[in-house]
Amino acid sequence: MTRILTPTGEHDVAARDGLWMSPADAATVTGWTLKPEGMCRDDLCVPLPESAVGTNEVDVAAFWQKLGGPVVSTDTRDVWALGAPADERNAALEGLAAPDFTLPDVDGTPRTLSSLRGKKVFLATWASW
Amino acid sequence: MWQQLYSDLKDKGFMVVAVAEESRGADHARPWIEQAKSDYWQLIDTEHRLEDLYNLVNVPQAIWIDEQGKIVRPPETAGSTDHFRSMDLKTRTMSPQAMAEREAARKAYMDAVRAWVTTGQHVLPEDAARAQLPKVTPEIASARAHFRLGVWLRAHGRAAEGDLHLADASRLHPDSWSMWRQAADLDEVGKASGPDFWKRVQALGERPYYPPPKL
Repeated sequence: MTRILTPTGEHDVAARDGLWMSPADAATVTGWTLKPEGMCRDDLCVPLPESAVGTNEVDVAAFWQKLGGPVVSTDTRDVWALGAPADERNAALEGLAAPDFTLPDVDGTPRTLSSLRGKKVFLATWASW
Repeated sequence: MWQQLYSDLKDKGFMVVAVAEESRGADHARPWIEQAKSDYWQLIDTEHRLEDLYNLVNVPQAIWIDEQGKIVRPPETAGSTDHFRSMDLKTRTMSPQAMAEREAARKAYMDAVRAWVTTGQHVLPEDAARAQLPKVTPEIASARAHFRLGVWLRAHGRAAEGDLHLADASRLHPDSWSMWRQAADLDEVGKASGPDFWKRVQALGERPYYPPPKL
């Protein structure tokens, strides 16, 4: 199995030669679905080169790079990280809608920023280091 | 750190969300959280996800978000100042003047938060807010992916491999103190404020470690 880390999740999938995997696994990992037009999410499709699509499989590393996202892995290629594309992050911030997130509190209870709608929120970081 | 502010303002539709950028996890952050005796949210961000989403580079940074979920002040230094750079490293002390200036700057920042909550002051017009957003570059995006992988490898007993990716992250995004200091802390608790940290701070020269907020 290959372990793939995305900005919000972790997935174990059967992949070969890097990140070639079934369209179903590709959809689980990326949130994008393989269609004849390319990889699609909502109304948007990103065309893929022929070299990135096989018989019932797709090269997720090639797709992710086409999106403009970083793809990094260990030397043994057993663990990968797919990072958010810079353009996607910039567009989200420039819209000025506070990017939503869910993080656990110190006892593990998940807390979601958007559940605080209706209040002014002072969102601040700290660290022990 | 924010409890007084929160106690004073919580009846005015105000909430504090404090996020620990802490790859060692909740139990490592717990003593500080318990000592703070806070009743606002104290969240644990082992992967520095918030830093990725909001393009943050250091702690403490804060973002002000209004009732509709809109960013009204982009990320900026939250009350800390560069006065620590004048510290005598042998005695770990600062001059009374530096201490007083630092306290005054902290108070001014807290007062600005109070003014925002009570009167709406300091809200930036949208164009100004956008203009203050630091841009995410492809190098920064790549650094985040290396950091994510490095933290994961560290947490799964693969420290040597993880450190290579954490080093890549700092090389690609040298302005991120959070990534560099977190990597140092994962190597050894205390290293994030050790001699290598001070060398890095000195190398800033005239550039700020904590850019002051433009209030």
